[in-house]
Amino acid sequence: MTEVGEEPRADLKRRNNRAWWLVLPVVVSVAFTAVIPLMTVVNFSVQDVFTPSDRIFVGLEWFRSITRDPEVRSAFVRTLLFSAQVLLLEIPLGVALAVCMPRRGVWVSVALVLVALPLLIPWNVVGTIWQIFARGDIGLGGWAVNHVPGVDFNYTLDSTDAWITVLVMDVWHWTPLVALLAYAGLRSIPEPYFQAAQIDAASAWATFRHIQLPRLRGVLTIAILLRFMDSFMIYTEPFVVTGGGPGNATSFLSILLSKIAVGQFDLGPAGAFSLLYFLFVQILCYVFFTVLTRSGR
Amino acid sequence: MADIRLEGVGHSYDGGRTWAVKPMTWTWRGSRAYALLGPSGCGKTTLLNIISGLIIPTVGRVFFDDRDVTGVPTAGRNIAQVFQFPVLYEEMSVYDNLAFPLRNRKYPAKEVDQRVRQVARLLSLEEHLGRRSRRLDAGRQQIVSLGRGLVRSQVAAVLLDEPLTVVDPALKWTLRSKLKEIHRDTGHTLVYVTHDQTEALTFADEVVVVNDGAIVQAGEPAELFLSPAHEFVGHFIGSPGMNMLPAEIVAGVVRIGPSEVGLAAADGVHAGRSDVEAADGLPAGPVRIGVRPEFVVIGGPRRSPGVAATVTGTDRMGAYDLVHTLVGEHPVLVKTEAGALHEPGSAAFLHFPAERTFLFRDQVRCGSLAPLDGRSTA
Amino acid sequence: MTLILDGVFVRRRGETWLDDVRLELSNGMTTLVGPMTAGKTTLMRVAAGLSPPDSGRVMVDGKDVTSISVRKRSVAFVYQQFINYPSLTVYENIASPLRLDPGFRRDGIDRRVREVAELMGLAALLGRRPAELSGGQQQRTAIARALARPVDVLLLDEPLANLDFKLREQLRADLKAMFADSSGVVLYATADPNEALTFAAPTVVLGEGRVQHIGDAAEMYARPPTLAVAATLSDPPLNLLPGVVRDGRIECLGAEFPAPRAHPSGRTVTLGVRPHQVRLERGGPGALEWPAEIRLAEVTGSATFLHLLLRDQVHLVAHLPGTRQFTPGGSAVAYVDPAHVLVFDEDGARLPATGAAEVDLHG
Ligand SMILES: Nc1ncnc2c1ncn2[C@@H]1O[C@H](COP(=O)(O)OP(=O)(O)OP(=O)(O)O)[C@@H](O)[C@H]1O
Ligand SMILES: [Mg+2]
Repeated sequence: MTEVGEEPRADLKRRNNRAWWLVLPVVVSVAFTAVIPLMTVVNFSVQDVFTPSDRIFVGLEWFRSITRDPEVRSAFVRTLLFSAQVLLLEIPLGVALAVCMPRRGVWVSVALVLVALPLLIPWNVVGTIWQIFARGDIGLGGWAVNHVPGVDFNYTLDSTDAWITVLVMDVWHWTPLVALLAYAGLRSIPEPYFQAAQIDAASAWATFRHIQLPRLRGVLTIAILLRFMDSFMIYTEPFVVTGGGPGNATSFLSILLSKIAVGQFDLGPAGAFSLLYFLFVQILCYVFFTVLTRSGR
Repeated sequence: MADIRLEGVGHSYDGGRTWAVKPMTWTWRGSRAYALLGPSGCGKTTLLNIISGLIIPTVGRVFFDDRDVTGVPTAGRNIAQVFQFPVLYEEMSVYDNLAFPLRNRKYPAKEVDQRVRQVARLLSLEEHLGRRSRRLDAGRQQIVSLGRGLVRSQVAAVLLDEPLTVVDPALKWTLRSKLKEIHRDTGHTLVYVTHDQTEALTFADEVVVVNDGAIVQAGEPAELFLSPAHEFVGHFIGSPGMNMLPAEIVAGVVRIGPSEVGLAAADGVHAGRSDVEAADGLPAGPVRIGVRPEFVVIGGPRRSPGVAATVTGTDRMGAYDLVHTLVGEHPVLVKTEAGALHEPGSAAFLHFPAERTFLFRDQVRCGSLAPLDGRSTA
Repeated sequence: MTLILDGVFVRRRGETWLDDVRLELSNGMTTLVGPMTAGKTTLMRVAAGLSPPDSGRVMVDGKDVTSISVRKRSVAFVYQQFINYPSLTVYENIASPLRLDPGFRRDGIDRRVREVAELMGLAALLGRRPAELSGGQQQRTAIARALARPVDVLLLDEPLANLDFKLREQLRADLKAMFADSSGVVLYATADPNEALTFAAPTVVLGEGRVQHIGDAAEMYARPPTLAVAATLSDPPLNLLPGVVRDGRIECLGAEFPAPRAHPSGRTVTLGVRPHQVRLERGGPGALEWPAEIRLAEVTGSATFLHLLLRDQVHLVAHLPGTRQFTPGGSAVAYVDPAHVLVFDEDGARLPATGAAEVDLHG
């Protein structure tokens, strides 16, 4: 070994200490962008704000009223249902898509670009696209459903239709993310595993079940967490497409929250609402994560 | 058991620019145990994958007896194969791993259980049957992979790709004799890839030596050692390998520099080329002499035929001594009984025994040394 | 540079994998030899910082690094089951550790990569990806990557296991030369006794999670202190025969010879006979002789391995030079010079001959 063996270590140590200074700006900016707003929210949630200078401490009053509010409750159930449906559709679909994508050759890049396309479109544009696409009069999708199978479809009037539209839109938009994650996971499986499966005459299903699925556990955990958090907090797309309607059919927690906070300017209840919302997402993510990683041991 | 016939089979990974396996015609005969021996990267794994159908050869056809299986996928060929590195179904238990190939083929549950336990007993895996396979150490994992290859009773052939490399030597000896037992009992056609010559030579009925994508020689273990048909075989088999020395044939006599070492006799095997040549020995010109360190005789009377050499050193290897000598500037190793005295720097005289010394041209054997019988050009 | 393992214990699922391992390694190479389940890999993982010991300390240069993560240590590790980056070429695989090392400039990296690639016979394959290599070539890439960057501690876990015989012989010599002037600690684990013997480096024999013995490999081979050491360092495996002491003599399957040193009558002993010490011709007077049935002859050309069955179904393997023909089922007599027999007591400790008269068991 040469003399460089000693030098870089000493160098490394010094740099490690300096690195803490590099973290400082991040700490400061996180403080300003996350911690301080969060504390403001906490502050609001325990006060009744009339004007910025005129407020009373109300304790847990807002939390109580929010958890009892039937509108919030139904929005909560609705959002949970939506997330569950999103996960149930997107995870299997994404994995299936990944399994079908070519493992090598020129088609790999073509397939990747095609699959990734929806991910490259901004949220609100996705909303606008689907708002038009699903319309029964001028939208291709809506028109086709109305005329080809002859089903009466109108998402601005029928709540089921609106729900389906939002759900299909989310599946179209985000299944590719799951597919790409799963594809990356599948690609990392060494070839001999597939060869062994052929020798052992494993069916396509057995190969998937015993070779591919076990090795997808890690990426699927991430995919499930991402998709849960994101769908549970979905806002832009339904806001653009249905605006929460018809009635309250697609009014999810986030839409309700913004209505309370921005629309009615009830800062106290909105603060309590946000905190509960935040906590619930955190807890559920933690549960998902532990369950998924435990079962892998 | 089926004969496996390769007809003009060759494989290229880069569209024909280079051949990983050069086009060859070769038959693996039913019920025999073959060892496939060759250096790293010579094409052993490629050859196995062609047989099992994991690779469709670039050219040529593969037959199992008279059935053309070139386009038949792996699952339809009924081949058992064990890979170079352990491949396990990680989330399954050892038991389920062993049962997997049987269950996929719809063996009745009772037979599955019976076969799995039998193989586990054979490979001493019984106490590990309930464990998750990825918890095992690398050596055990390889044994489980081996078990998966042996668990089926009806197979056209068993292909083993260096199955014992990560297993420690003592266990290797035990497993090898068990494999031999299994082969004797089942009569499967067995192709065993290895880079370990002791393993190859002790295991097989027939050893096939591959170099650079081509079969250079096949034969019984002793035959490869005693009568190599190719310089590569001489070099690769035996430790240390064969001594190779440049020499010249002048009027039928082999000479190293001015010394005569014997008559040049054309090989029976290659004699078909020309009877005249065979009778008269080999055409004049340069050749290379190959002789194993085991057969060089050092010392003895200083007379023709033979060659003078200088001793440069001796390695004491325990069971034997290895004497290093130089003939001109070419090193020649001599294996002798332990305790021989050869001072470095001293002169020595080497004799090359007639039946054990071979002549090579373009790496291929063309003849051997014959006793001089008083005939001489000098 | 020193690496010290101080009373390291590793227990997993009720089994003890490492049992009070104490080692002091200094610059240059040390061989770690032991069978498959000895705990070699576990020991190396602890030394590297990949898995923490349950108790005990790991110290580098006198500094306790037990709880320092592997990334912060200057270690390189070649796994028995090696890993390459599948999406990088061979060149990039080898270069990757160098790119993280501020001590290397661009041209330095290129030179070093080509140097190790040349050593490992990979020079022509630098542009390929791991999936396009044969098994042995992949293994060589992994070794090359570990060797590329100078490190304080280099750990090699049976690195040559997947390479062919000739290449292995050559690489052993190359590695030995390369490590000879290393300024770091090199720990080389192997299950192959021949490898330990050719490296002729300080050797640690590991068995059942414990350090069995530390010393010079050739010395341990010639005069093994225990049965475990003798068995670990013998390939082909040591023949083990049951014996019993009677009046200063040892009886074994009908043959007898003077005990190498006084041992109480009636005690059982185990005799270790190396296969190449077994002869089929009577050597000197006083040779032990056992009539045997020939079970199997394995001919390699340069040698013949003869499997014999002695009385009481005891197995004996003879390693005979040259090619010899035998018929299975036939009979033979095995002769062994008592001076070459290793005698172990019930605890597995060897009973060496009294006085200085001990012969060199090499021969
Ligand atoms: N997928 C591939 N793409 C391109 N080249 C390949 C591929 N697989 C193998 N090769 C090359 O083909 C040659 C033969 O490879 P093969 O795997 O058959 O060797 P091997 O004899 O099994 O060697 P080893 O003992 O090292 O496993 C090697 O030179 C290797 O680099
Ligand atoms: Mg291979």
